[in-house]
Amino acid sequence: MKTCKARVLVLMLSVIFWAASFSCVAWESEQLNNPYPEDEDNQAILYESFSERPKHLDPAVSYSNSEYTFIAQIYEPPFQYHYLKRPYQVVPLTATRMPEVSYLNPKGEKLGNGANDSDIAFTDYMIEIQSGIRYQPHPALAKNTQGDYKYHQLDKAQIEAATSLNDFKTTGSRELTAEDYIYQIKRLAHPKIQSPIAEIMKNYIVGFDDYAKQVKDKAKTAIRGLPIEGATALNRYQYRIRIKGKYPQFIYWLAMPFFSPMPWEADVFYDQKGLVDKNITLDWFPIGTGPYLMAENNPNRRMILLKNPLFHLESYPTEGEPEDKQKGLLVDAGKQLPFINKVVFMLEKETIPYWTKFLQGYYDASGIASDSFDQAIQFTGSGGVALTPSMLEKGIQLQTSVTTSSFYMGFNMLDATVGGATEQARKLRQAIAIAVDYEEYISIFTNGRGVAAQGVLPPGIYGVDDKSGINPYVYDNQDGKAQRKKIDVARQLMAEAGYAGGIDPKTKEALILYFDTTSTSIDDRPRMNWYRKQFEKLGIKLVIRATDYNRFQEKMRTGNAQIFVWGWNADYPDPENFFFLLYGANSKVQHGGENASNYHNPEFDRLFEQMRNMDNSEQRYRIIQQMQEIVRHDAPWVFGFHPKNFSLFHGWYKNLKPNLMANNQLKYTRIDTADRAEKRRQWNKPVFWPLALGGAVFVLMLIPAINAYRRRVRKTNL
Amino acid sequence: MTQYIIRRLLYSLPLLMGVNILTFVLFFVVNSPDDMARMQLGQKHVTGQSIANWKQQHGYDVPLLWNADAQGEKKITDTIFYQKSVGLFLFRFGVSDSGRNIGADIKERAWPSLAVALPTLLVGLLVNICFALMMVLFRNSYLEHAGIVLCVILMSISSLFYIIGGQFFIGKVLRLVPISGYDDGMAAIKFLILPVLIGVFSGIGSGVRWYRTLFLEEVEKDYVRTARAKGLTETQTLFQHVLPNAMIPILTGVVVVLPLLFMGSLIMESFFSIPGLGSYTIDAINSQDFAIVRAMVFLGSVLYVIGLLLTDISYTLVDPRVRLS
Repeated sequence: MKTCKARVLVLMLSVIFWAASFSCVAWESEQLNNPYPEDEDNQAILYESFSERPKHLDPAVSYSNSEYTFIAQIYEPPFQYHYLKRPYQVVPLTATRMPEVSYLNPKGEKLGNGANDSDIAFTDYMIEIQSGIRYQPHPALAKNTQGDYKYHQLDKAQIEAATSLNDFKTTGSRELTAEDYIYQIKRLAHPKIQSPIAEIMKNYIVGFDDYAKQVKDKAKTAIRGLPIEGATALNRYQYRIRIKGKYPQFIYWLAMPFFSPMPWEADVFYDQKGLVDKNITLDWFPIGTGPYLMAENNPNRRMILLKNPLFHLESYPTEGEPEDKQKGLLVDAGKQLPFINKVVFMLEKETIPYWTKFLQGYYDASGIASDSFDQAIQFTGSGGVALTPSMLEKGIQLQTSVTTSSFYMGFNMLDATVGGATEQARKLRQAIAIAVDYEEYISIFTNGRGVAAQGVLPPGIYGVDDKSGINPYVYDNQDGKAQRKKIDVARQLMAEAGYAGGIDPKTKEALILYFDTTSTSIDDRPRMNWYRKQFEKLGIKLVIRATDYNRFQEKMRTGNAQIFVWGWNADYPDPENFFFLLYGANSKVQHGGENASNYHNPEFDRLFEQMRNMDNSEQRYRIIQQMQEIVRHDAPWVFGFHPKNFSLFHGWYKNLKPNLMANNQLKYTRIDTADRAEKRRQWNKPVFWPLALGGAVFVLMLIPAINAYRRRVRKTNL
Repeated sequence: MTQYIIRRLLYSLPLLMGVNILTFVLFFVVNSPDDMARMQLGQKHVTGQSIANWKQQHGYDVPLLWNADAQGEKKITDTIFYQKSVGLFLFRFGVSDSGRNIGADIKERAWPSLAVALPTLLVGLLVNICFALMMVLFRNSYLEHAGIVLCVILMSISSLFYIIGGQFFIGKVLRLVPISGYDDGMAAIKFLILPVLIGVFSGIGSGVRWYRTLFLEEVEKDYVRTARAKGLTETQTLFQHVLPNAMIPILTGVVVVLPLLFMGSLIMESFFSIPGLGSYTIDAINSQDFAIVRAMVFLGSVLYVIGLLLTDISYTLVDPRVRLS
């Protein structure tokens, strides 16, 4: 009887097993691992990921790439960077044309075009915007039948009932006006908004500082009725910004989201008491005129942008660089933007699932983490890079571009050993600059993703001399190529500096230098050891002082660091935005500025003051070369490297061109949805046989267990 | 029992206050309000004035614990500690340093954490008890020895390995479930299968050994021998007598962790992109958002206190000999 029961049990398990197997066969045609709803398969939806939640989506406050990824698609400043043309070129976005720039003397009288820079007291930027541009549908702009704003005076019950912006069912829109741009400039000045560029703009926009003091204790909404001296709406579509002196780089600021329009209604709506407790704020739910609107903001999981149904007419560029046509970048020339209807950004913190999903076709683009680098990239015989056969087989495209960023090793010029303008210190710095082999660093730690720096400016910035721009103090020019000087040259410099063989004459022992860093984890150890070895080439003992971020910042502020590594990412493509990092008046210790090395050279400062306000010209170019020569000679930095971006895109991703200054590229992107759907089906067929095998093994294992149990029971019964 | 519960709740007040002070002191030993401002304001163009503005806007422009310049009770109330801590006891967590309402965030994030943790606990409990009972059933046989070796092997492997291995094998090679992600409602199920499976599997080693110990302790007792002497089979003895008696330590062990299920699992949530409370806390620590850190530590303490209280109560339910007084 008991044997019979056991057989029945095994039979039942077998039936379950085979039933499961047949179900598996039925499912084989489906994509069980698809993280998105099936009905999205053939839609023009772009899938991207993000790893860091944006802190702010208010254009007056946002200042990081993770935030610009979203707001640059929603807000529209008057100008933008041309998508295809190089060097980077600012072109109108909501403006009808480039601004009319006029120079004024201290009395406010217009000066001629040939006016001396010294005579210019103010510059006026007169901007005209297009008519007919409308804001995205938004509850802040919704009106009732009487023409009053429907949600500007919410009662307690309405606020309590709301959990998200979508709970306000009625939306409205209105035309964009010049006054909205002025309102945003006032917001930049308001201390309660805490704009990161408020302190910079105080130096430029007339009356900005006074305005900040005037509205300090007033509500955010109070600024609407209070005029600011330096920004005025001339009529419905024209406005003027008056800045102090001459500052040609101001046009770049006007292409950044800081200067996007903001309807006053937004502040009135969001400032209602109780909404902030529901996390319904302008910082979370933007309101713009751009190609996309924020449909879902859940940075814990996903962010969704939808095509703005009221987006104005904007076309894909009809011209670019000569090779753009051949690359197929002008196929969509003249077509209405944007091409994508919906953009889904998924939170992905870990690189393994992110990379796997990209390979499965569930992300359209991906960066390359170091652990998947070898899987994606191979080096060619000539030192170039190419995709591996497995990537090529999937039709993946590789895009590389040198970023407008610089990573450098800085010396604290206030330090008694490595700092100062003495010949001894300078030679010591130059010797270190030769010894620290950044080509090796790029090869070991960044998988070759970088270009060794020859000076302050990264490639692509005006003033970089591509042909002869080799740092003669660190490199030899060999047939136009930079060849790092032999270590003997560095040792000779050490001897001339009074440290022959790396021996400090004061202690008669190896010279000890201190390297301050925030690299405290075990993963950073190889990097730190590498730095030690570079200094050992000169007989110098490098002591690593690793601290947390706060202590490191404190050391930098108080001038207690000796050697450190630092980086800078360009705000705009102008040499002024890099050279100011070495301008004496920006010294970190004395003035709290961005000159972390506390470098001060009167001649360099004079040239900087002359160069910064100049338009690009032969003279400006010459000054830039002079400045490069001064800093190469003084060596306040060991010029490190400019990182190189490697990005992968699937074959269905169209209109790809790296643009490191523009953040609003999504509107130019097109997806071949049929190709994507087909590839996803091919790549994601579920595999069931290991499960079936595991099930069979489990069933077989049960038989001896059941037998053993039966024996035990029989034994107990006996 | 009501008096006992009230007394225990009152005891927890100074405990929570202590936790709050400790968190406060530890946090501000490492970070000053200036550091927090710099972290929030980013790395570019941060001036002394912008730091002062930030501190004023976020209420960090007063002394930490004692305001010597103030008068009367304001010496205590006009401090960061008082202003940021009192609301906690009323479960008003306030606004994070990046401007979000913490209470709303916690409410939203607690459910995904629970969606992973609860099935993992229940399925894990079922699986572990079943395997432990089987090992007891086959005690002193090669099956038990093999089971123990297997458990020790499973215990010795890092949970990270299970996560990465599970994602690789089930998500990447077999392509049976999405490798990571989350969705609302029933659509969440396909995203939960893998983390729950891995959570259960990674806990089998330690869980089975623990429950096996509990069951073995019971099977040697006199009442079990009596049951066998009455002629009950081994299966009947185990399920009808051993299991109910071994449930006391099992139940109390489970009850104590129940409230903490809301707090989520840090690694699991991070690898599977589950928007729970585990990643919320670590993100706050990384961004030096004191308001969130303080709220989460406080919430964790409250839930732990509740867990211990529930454990005491559960004793009285499963063991009539226990009386709370």
